[in-house]
Amino acid sequence: MKIYRSHVLVCGGTGCTSSGSKQIQEELEKNLKKYGLEDEVQVVQTGCFGLCAIGPIVVVYPEGSYYGHVKPEDVEEIVSEHLLKGRIVTRLLADEHVGDEVKPLDEVDFYKKQKRVALRNCGVINPENIDEYIALDGYTALHKVLTEMTPQEVIDTIKASGLRGRGGGGFPTGLKWQFAHNAAGDKKYVCCNADEGDPGAFMDRSVLEGDPHSVIEAMAIAAYAIGADEGYIYVRAEYPIAVERLKIAIAQAKEYGLLGEDIFGTGFNFDLGIRLGAGAFVCGEETALMTSIEGNRGEPRPRPPFPANKGLFAKPTILNNVETYANITAIINNGPEWFASMGTERSKGTKVFALGGKIQNTGLVEIPMGTTLREIVEEIGGGVPNGKKFKAAQTGGPSGGCIPAEHLDVPIDYDNLIEIGSMMGSGGLIVMDEDTCMVDIAKFFLEFTVDESCGKCTPCRIGTRRMLEILTKITKGQATMDDLDKLEELCEHLHSNSLCALGQTAPNPVISTLRYFRDEYIAHIVDKRCPAGVCKDLLQYTIDADKCKGCTLCARKCPVGAISGTVKNPHVIDQSKCIKCGACMDNCKFGAISKK
Amino acid sequence: MKKSFADLMEIRKRTLNQVNLRVDNDGGTRVVVGMATCGIAAGARPVLKAFSEEVTKRELKDVTVTQTGCIGMCRLEPIVEITVPGQEKVTYVHMTPEKAARVVAEHIVNKQPVKEYTIGAAE
Ligand SMILES: Cc1cc2nc3c(=O)[nH]c(=O)nc-3n(C[C@H](O)[C@H](O)[C@H](O)COP(=O)(O)O)c2cc1C
Repeated sequence: MKIYRSHVLVCGGTGCTSSGSKQIQEELEKNLKKYGLEDEVQVVQTGCFGLCAIGPIVVVYPEGSYYGHVKPEDVEEIVSEHLLKGRIVTRLLADEHVGDEVKPLDEVDFYKKQKRVALRNCGVINPENIDEYIALDGYTALHKVLTEMTPQEVIDTIKASGLRGRGGGGFPTGLKWQFAHNAAGDKKYVCCNADEGDPGAFMDRSVLEGDPHSVIEAMAIAAYAIGADEGYIYVRAEYPIAVERLKIAIAQAKEYGLLGEDIFGTGFNFDLGIRLGAGAFVCGEETALMTSIEGNRGEPRPRPPFPANKGLFAKPTILNNVETYANITAIINNGPEWFASMGTERSKGTKVFALGGKIQNTGLVEIPMGTTLREIVEEIGGGVPNGKKFKAAQTGGPSGGCIPAEHLDVPIDYDNLIEIGSMMGSGGLIVMDEDTCMVDIAKFFLEFTVDESCGKCTPCRIGTRRMLEILTKITKGQATMDDLDKLEELCEHLHSNSLCALGQTAPNPVISTLRYFRDEYIAHIVDKRCPAGVCKDLLQYTIDADKCKGCTLCARKCPVGAISGTVKNPHVIDQSKCIKCGACMDNCKFGAISKK
Repeated sequence: MKKSFADLMEIRKRTLNQVNLRVDNDGGTRVVVGMATCGIAAGARPVLKAFSEEVTKRELKDVTVTQTGCIGMCRLEPIVEITVPGQEKVTYVHMTPEKAARVVAEHIVNKQPVKEYTIGAAE
């Protein structure tokens, strides 16, 4: 094995790949050759580092220099200066590092409060090399389980850890395994939910891209615990990099005999396959997912029977989320007490969030349960950009709700989030600033559920559509207070009568925005006004005749010719022609144009 | 080929040194080789290689071999600074690959700096 004195890690996650990290890797290899360093410096493609906002990211070890926004033409400088001469290229360092002294990564604001358990290997190992996973204790948990523990002991360990499902519902994982373990059956299945349908969420994708073996190993452990010998990973086809790395990882594990027959000579067999989903949100729901694996149209079915008794192909089955699995080997290796020492009373461990929306550091963060939203938004996330005010954070995607500023200090865990009208969900966290209209947000999510409703049950199929119609009326200023009552009634109906949780939770974005921002709904309905200035039908751009210098710029910028006026004289906007694009206001140098 | 647990442990040992480099090594020993133009011209590159080879060969954990720019005493290059936890930083000058092997054995492994190679001896 070659000895390398320095490692250059290039992020190969989806975000950085799409901003050109592949090309950077090629450039690096070319330049290392050019400078004769190819035997001293190793280039490693890794999974997501988390700070997607400044991708593509390149990290050089042992110094731990964290380069952001790296372009192919920067590569030669990194090689000739940093790798050849040991001079860190400060101009490329991520903001906080600037200066000669490079801060260790764990002291940077973005990482300081994070605790990486599920993401422990992401951005550290090469996900396409099983040996690197093994180097960091990979497959020792499986060995321990198979040679030293009974299935019941495994289940008891998971129960004692307090781990709850990371896919959204937060069901205790150990208990789920217990049900499947107790279920009678000669054939059982283990499934992994990598459908990740929440808009804006990419936690599971990053785990699969950065550390696929951690999921594979955990699924084998789960199979042993419940008495299964076959498993499926259900992953959406829109995740090509994740699928590719999973395929490579499964092939490598098979080659090493870590999947297949008689694993570690213990007589335990486990085989694993991948099934691709076509990207329907409902296919993330457990019964629809299994129906889809069976080769049928992905539609849910009533529960009970629960999958633990009658799941895939009507056999006892467990389904867990990617992140849930990613915690398993750490629990086996470090003990359930270690895991339970992190988090809050009823939510143990950590949670990965995909930070998005109006926030400085968009990206992936993993924090101990009990961290407050304020810490995530202000410290880790770097706050709301452009000096705007924080208005709310959305968690739980289309099934979740909005958390307003007054709850910024609530420690995040499953139960607290439900109490304040949202939910943990799978980990999407979208930050909204003062320019966001909450009715518009609710409408956005309802548009999503209308599209994604599978149509099998009437409350969801028709109900989401009626709700969307009312929300549209409100944003157009055509609704009455009666409509608002109807909307609330529909929320109630969908919640109690839909077949699956898609329909049952579809009203949540409306319920939570009504709870905290009812005045905004009323402003739309009664005053025909959108306080955030988003809903176009309720907006008017006007020119203040006193401030207007008659420079004609706005008239020239208006794409529809709605502005008229002569040089040096105040201009006017023809409201019947105006499409409310805002180009006039953006261009006016005298602040003469306002929107109301 | 199918691997036994012993095989896995073998892979682990082999690969760990490589991966360890990327895990933050607080409190470990640091070997810093001056690799500015002056250092490289005086032969710092073979010295750096000798250090990493020696560290790998002996399977030393918690030791990082890294490089830095010009330390400012170009006439004494190649210069290597070694920090062993709990001890003062030691600066070695006029290093060679042969000297490097001895420094690893005596200073890093046995915690006894090789006095005759240090800057104090040279001045
Ligand atoms: C409409 C809908 C979509 C869902 N999408 C996902 C998903 O993308 N990923 C996921 O892990 N769970 C999703 N779930 C939750 C799953 O049904 C199931 O509870 C979860 O995969 C169980 O794993 P866990 O216990 O490890 O969380 C969804 C549920 C519903 C109702």
